[in-house]
Order: sequence, then C-alpha cells, then structure tokens
Amino acid sequence: MLRYTARRLLGAIPTLLVIVTLAFVLLHAAPGGPFDAGKRILPEIQKSIEAKYHLDEPLWRQYLRYLGDLARGDLGPSFQYRGTSVNEIIAQGLPVDATIGVTAIALALAIGGAVGVNAALRRGTRWDYGTMAFAVAGISTPVFVVAPLLILTFAVTLHWLPAGDWVGGSPSHLLLPAIALALPYTAYIARLMRGSTIEVLNSAFIRTARAKGLPLRLIVWRHALRPTLTPLVSFLGPAIAGLLTGSIVVESVFGLPGIGRHFITAALNRDYTLVIGITVLYGGLIILFNLLADLCYAWIDPRVRLR
Amino acid sequence: MSGAYGFWGQAVRRLRSQRMAMASGVLLALIMLACLLLPLLSPYDYFTPHFELVSRGPMLAGGHILGTDPLGRDLLVRVMWGCRISLAVGLAASLVSVLIGVSWGATAGYVGGTTDALMMRAVDILYSVPFVPFVIVLTVLFGSDLWLIFLAIGAVSWLDIARIVRGETLSLKQREFIEAARVSGVRGAGMIARHIVPNLIGIVIIYATLAIPTVILFEAFLSFLGLGVQSPLASLGSLVADGTSEMQSHPHLLIVPAAFLATIIYCFNYLGDGLRDALDPRDR
Repeated sequence: MLRYTARRLLGAIPTLLVIVTLAFVLLHAAPGGPFDAGKRILPEIQKSIEAKYHLDEPLWRQYLRYLGDLARGDLGPSFQYRGTSVNEIIAQGLPVDATIGVTAIALALAIGGAVGVNAALRRGTRWDYGTMAFAVAGISTPVFVVAPLLILTFAVTLHWLPAGDWVGGSPSHLLLPAIALALPYTAYIARLMRGSTIEVLNSAFIRTARAKGLPLRLIVWRHALRPTLTPLVSFLGPAIAGLLTGSIVVESVFGLPGIGRHFITAALNRDYTLVIGITVLYGGLIILFNLLADLCYAWIDPRVRLR
Repeated sequence: MSGAYGFWGQAVRRLRSQRMAMASGVLLALIMLACLLLPLLSPYDYFTPHFELVSRGPMLAGGHILGTDPLGRDLLVRVMWGCRISLAVGLAASLVSVLIGVSWGATAGYVGGTTDALMMRAVDILYSVPFVPFVIVLTVLFGSDLWLIFLAIGAVSWLDIARIVRGETLSLKQREFIEAARVSGVRGAGMIARHIVPNLIGIVIIYATLAIPTVILFEAFLSFLGLGVQSPLASLGSLVADGTSEMQSHPHLLIVPAAFLATIIYCFNYLGDGLRDALDPRDR
C-alpha cells in the first residue's frame, strides 16, 4: 500500500509537468502581457516592472525559474493583485471552496445514497420510476440553471435564506450554494446506487443471507451496502474535477470569495502566475482524489490488488 | 419492414419498444425543426432592439408569444437561435471528439505493444489535466470564436471515447474475420478503416449521443461565464445568464431558456440510454 502510494505520487510529477508546460506555453503564446493592457505607463516604468517580475528574460529562463519556485512550493507573486502572492490568494479562497464542496458531497452521498438504495428495494414501483425521472432531471439541469432558480425560490420569493454572500461560512449562507452544487451529484449517486444495489441483491450471498432468515433491513446494512460502494468510489474520484468547475459558477452566482472567481479575471489580465497556479492546484487535486479513490477501492473490496 | 432480422433491424425494433427514448427522439426532432423554421417564419429577428417593447411578459396577443427581453427583442426567436447555436456546438464538437477518439483508440488498440502503451499513457496523463481552466484560458486569450469553441471542446472531450474504442478494438482484433482479412492481405490503416471502425459504429453512436449533452452543457457553461457566444447572438447558456440578472423582475427570461436547455439535455440523455439498450444488447 505504502509503496503503491509512493509510486503513484512519483507518477504524478510528469503529469503536473505536462499541466504546467501546457499552461505556460498557452499563456505566453497569447497576445498581450500582464502590464500592457490599456494602461498608460511610461516605457521605463513598464521595463522596470517587467524586470522585477523577470518578464524581460527569455522564455526558457522564466519557465525554469517558475519550475524551480514551484518545486519549493512557491507559486510566485500575482500580477493583478500587486503585493499579494498566489499562495496567499489560494490560502484565502480554498477554505471557502472546500467548505461548500465537502458539504455538497456529504449532502449528495446522504440523499442520493438513501434514495437510490430505496429505489432499488422498491424496484418497479412508482417510487422507483419517480426517483429515476428525478435523477435524469437532476443530471440534465446544469448548476447555473439550478442556482438562480434556488435564489428565485428560496431567497427572492420565500425569503427563507440569504441570496448570497459568505459571512464567514455561516450555515444559512452555506446551504443554497451547497444544494445547487450537490444536485447533479445527488442524481448521479442515486442512479449509481440503484443500479449496483439491484445487482448485489441478485447475487448468491444475498440469497444465502435471505435463506437463513435475516430481515431485509439487516441484509442491506450488513451485507449489501459494502459491495455497492465500489462503483460509487470510482465515481467520486473524478467527480471532484466536476465539483471544481461547478464551484466557479456557484461562486459567481452567489458572490462567494472562493478561488474560481479569480480565474477568469486572471486570464483576462494575463496574470500568468495566478492562472498557472490555480490550474496546477486543480490538476494536483484531481490527481490526489483519483489516488484516494483507488486506495479506497482496495480497502472496500479486498479482491482488488494494487499494483 | 425490410431487414427486420439483421443487426440494425433488431436495433430499430428494440429502440422503438422504448417509449421514453422514442419520445425524447421525437421531442428533439421537433425542437430542431422549430429552431430551424421559426426564425425564418417569425417577423422578428434576434438582434434589432425595439425600445418601445422592453421586457414584456409572455402574451398571446401582439405577436411576442414568449414576450421580449430588456432590449425589446422577441424572446422566442432569441431562444430558437440559442437552440440552434447550442445544438450546432453540441453536434460539431461531438463530431470532433468522435473523430479524434475513434482514430486514437482504434490505432492504439489495433497496433498494440509499445505504441498502445504510449498512446494510452498520454490519455491517462490528459485525464488528470483540469480541462475547464484550459478551455477558459483558450477562449479568454484567443477570443470567443465559435469555431475555436467547437475545436476546444471537441479536443478535450475525446478521452472517454478513445478508451472505450481501444477496449473494443482489442477484443475485435481476436475475431476470425480480422484474421481472414489479414490472410487476404489487408494491412495497417486499411484494416483499421475498413474492418475495425465499421464494427465500432454501434458503440460510437451510443457515446456520441451521450457526449452531445455534455458538450452542450459545457458550451452553455462558457457562455454563462460570458466566454462563449458573443452578443447579439445568443446561446442557451448566455440567455440563462442574461435571465439570471433579470430574474427578480422578469422570471420568464430565466425560466424559458433554462427549460429549453434542460429539455434538450434530458432528451439526449434518454435517447443515449435507449440507444445503449438497442445497440449494445450485452449491457442489460
């Protein structure tokens, strides 16, 4: 297990290198630079600013310098927010995204799991069909449609919850963004859990458990649940990537101080370091959660051998 | 019905027996027809502002069935144009991703060995690349050209198809008819084009149908962030974004395009599931 983890982490290095290189080349290939977008500054001053951020050096030197800083965990200074480092911006925004993300995943797991298993147990009933119709609707409705509709319903019309803002992450401000983010995952998980529960309930060891007279509830909790979790885990790893995308929309609709809202302005202002820094962070998180998913996989299903 | 006993005949029959998938297909065809015809038949266009008719609600009299937007443009015509753009992006970008994915996967699977290992390692690496930031950067830096959006989305969404096609090719390779073709002298690219790819059509149709809604959502997401189609042209995503800012006073501006977007995605998902059952009988 340890050796496997170490090897996977080593294997992540070339992937991260590809991400950094792609982002670096793409940004520098684009027209425009961070300090010439319509701002009237004297050429001398522009030169001295560019020298300060090493933008006057040849590209390969900048690239190697960036890689060297990255290896030490330093993502460099932000160009658009002078005097602030990319590390500080991420350290401020990431807790917000993490709070919403974790709440959303917890909601999705609890509701989607319960609803999906229930649909499987009542297969072929109205409850089952209703759940699955809801699930397809949930998958088909994008976050940026759900979020405004939630605001329209619960904040504008009913005045139950605030329409946005963060206020240190108070539960009432957290709820609507988390629900908006959770809805598609809830739907996916419900579908997934229904499918895998039906499959497991048809297998021989469940029949044995029934034959020895265990009540259905005990069978589900003690025997059926664990094997149904494997497809769930392999779904959740990559789903984190989608969660990050969703959070960009949720942040902009609800006006939350996360990372995603910086990303578009950073790209517009050619804030090279901030764009690359956030991209690397997203890439690192994707790799990390895929690794965690594979480790969980082996833990849930002892037949899986990590190689 | 002719050919009712061949593979395709059976597939059509299986698809017909699925009411939800058929209904979705019909609804999609209706939406496509409407978005092609209505802008031609309507007396209104999507770009001319009419400041005497700003933000009217839906009404049957007066010609604007779904009302007008804050610039007095007919919402129905704009939504139909939005459907056109969204569907065009969905179809074109899926086509790009199918072309790349099928050729990549079929080549890797058929050639095998080191080539296969290298090509699939590249796919593994690309799987960990956060694509959303990259597409955002692309559209921000190089302008929101519709063709760029097709290409960018298509170029990042071929990975799933490549993996599936490779797996399928590996099993096709072992079949007798491939051996027979090899014995009769078919080699390399000719083999892939003439014997491997035609046998992948079923699975490719399924995944292309399921890729379309993902692509449409992605374009809508970009347009929602203001990075996709530029005003006065609209896609469903940018219409939803416009509607969001007006939702307190004129909720129909949000609800109508949102409903069309959700319906299109819903239908493609159902149709894809139905096609999967019809074309891939093993997976039941």
